[in-house]
Amino acid sequence: MTTSTTMSRSTGYRFSWIGMIGFAIILFWAIIAFLAPHIIPYPVGEIVDEDYFGPMSSKLLLGSDYLGRDMLSRIIMGARYTVGISLAAVCLACFSGAALGMAAAVIGGWFDTVLSRFLDALNSIPSKLSGLVVAAAVGSSLPVLIIMLGVIYIPGAYRFARSLAVNVNTMDYITVARTRGEGIPYVVFSEILPNIIGPLLADFGIRFVFIVLLLSGLSFLGLGVQPPYADWGALVHENIGGLPFGAPAVIVPSLAIASLTISVNLLIDNLPKKIRDRSA
Amino acid sequence: MRNYVLGLITNRLGSAALTLLIVSFAVFFATAMLPGDTATILLGQAATPEAVAGLRAAMHLDEPAFFRFARWLFGLLQGDLGTSYVNNVPVAELIGARFVNTMRLAGIVTLFAVPLSLTLGITAAMFRGSVYDRIVTVLTIGVISVPEFMIATSAVLLFSVYLKWLPALSFASDVTSFWQVLKIYAMPVITLTFVVSAQMIRMTRAAVIDTINTPYVEAAILKGASRRRAVLVHALPNAVGPIANAIALSLSYLVGGVIIVETIFNYPGIAKLMVDGVSTRDLPLIQSCAIIFCIGYLALITFADIVAILANPRVR
Repeated sequence: MTTSTTMSRSTGYRFSWIGMIGFAIILFWAIIAFLAPHIIPYPVGEIVDEDYFGPMSSKLLLGSDYLGRDMLSRIIMGARYTVGISLAAVCLACFSGAALGMAAAVIGGWFDTVLSRFLDALNSIPSKLSGLVVAAAVGSSLPVLIIMLGVIYIPGAYRFARSLAVNVNTMDYITVARTRGEGIPYVVFSEILPNIIGPLLADFGIRFVFIVLLLSGLSFLGLGVQPPYADWGALVHENIGGLPFGAPAVIVPSLAIASLTISVNLLIDNLPKKIRDRSA
Repeated sequence: MRNYVLGLITNRLGSAALTLLIVSFAVFFATAMLPGDTATILLGQAATPEAVAGLRAAMHLDEPAFFRFARWLFGLLQGDLGTSYVNNVPVAELIGARFVNTMRLAGIVTLFAVPLSLTLGITAAMFRGSVYDRIVTVLTIGVISVPEFMIATSAVLLFSVYLKWLPALSFASDVTSFWQVLKIYAMPVITLTFVVSAQMIRMTRAAVIDTINTPYVEAAILKGASRRRAVLVHALPNAVGPIANAIALSLSYLVGGVIIVETIFNYPGIAKLMVDGVSTRDLPLIQSCAIIFCIGYLALITFADIVAILANPRVR
């Protein structure tokens, strides 16, 4: 038996300071994304610098891009696409994944077997590959991107929710509810969901990181968000020519992605045990 | 007991085959159901209706989708990957040499990543909670949390922009000396090794820590064995299965990494071919590349599962 020293501390909902920093950075990007059109110093499409790949200066805080446009404005607007698309996709993935997973655990039988087998098969297509195939077949407009990213991560969300729900499903109070004659929707949403909501939220965050990374990767390949819009991955893609000069236009969008994904990971790793492992 | 293990393995192989069938189905229908008529797209706006109808018949486009799927799958099984829409060359010909390139890149990365990750992962587990362990953990989480292209661009910034040791984003075709080969492979290999090792270190560390937490390792420590001896002699032999499993699983991250790395470094591999195929919408090429990647990915995952089965003494 290993004695855990951390157990005695986590009696209340206490957040560690590392988790708070992560949360602050996430909040920062959320506010930036929300207020973007009101706080950009220059219009995103306007060429404000005669030189391209300009350095950081007091006039252009983050330098200029490959056409001489203001990088700070483009990153602020890019936050909208990276955060917005990923958030929409992760909601789609986690809501449908969790609903299907819980339903499969409660209903069981062939419904569970067929669904699990099918979603497991989809899960064994590497995510970037699905992205490439869909981009080739139907292009990459914003709605297509959101649906695609959401659907790619449904199997993972399903698997996670199902494994949690299977454990809860064996509890006495579920048997009681069923004996009482409650229907499947009631059992799923009123008996199972409240007992696994903590881990599901943590999973939501992890999957958000996956989606941000996949979206950035696809945009970096030039197959994600298309001009005139640009998310952070697309900003790296269009400015990759500045890499040999070490231009801020290539480095800053990458740092923006990293700050967001690392913050979400930090926040989740430092969630109070009570929220994260509630069903454990 | 031996029959039981054989049964488990056959079961895994069978389910891998079934998965592959579902995957090929998904890939085919994702690409075949696209809006627009392929024959019209191929011949252009000015084509006569007769020409379009002729091409449709020649490409079997007028048959129901299910028959086309069956025909395509049957072709795949016989090694017929179809013909590229863009330059009318058999896809197998396009893929051939590039497949070898990609496998070579993956092989070199594996050669570097496995010893590196095992050393770091096992030592981090051995000194769990130490400063060394924390540094390794923070670095691996950092690498996992950022996109692959950021690792690649950072490597370029460090090695070619600041240190000026290596060429930047070009894949030179005029290779004459061993030294040049080394320089060409250096950057893709460094990037992929980072991506794959981060996963492998994490999983190896977790696997070893799992074993260290068992009562028999505790007993070894209580009887007076040193920490090093308890881990290396008592825990490690029992962690071989989970570690092999971790290696195979983390190698599956090569599939995603190689797509980014081949594109950014212009490496003439099959992933670059596929990304180019996506921009020209060359569907037979994309389908074949996707299936090849899926087979590689599935093979690694299935291998990991079978290793886990074989390494578990309770079923052996």
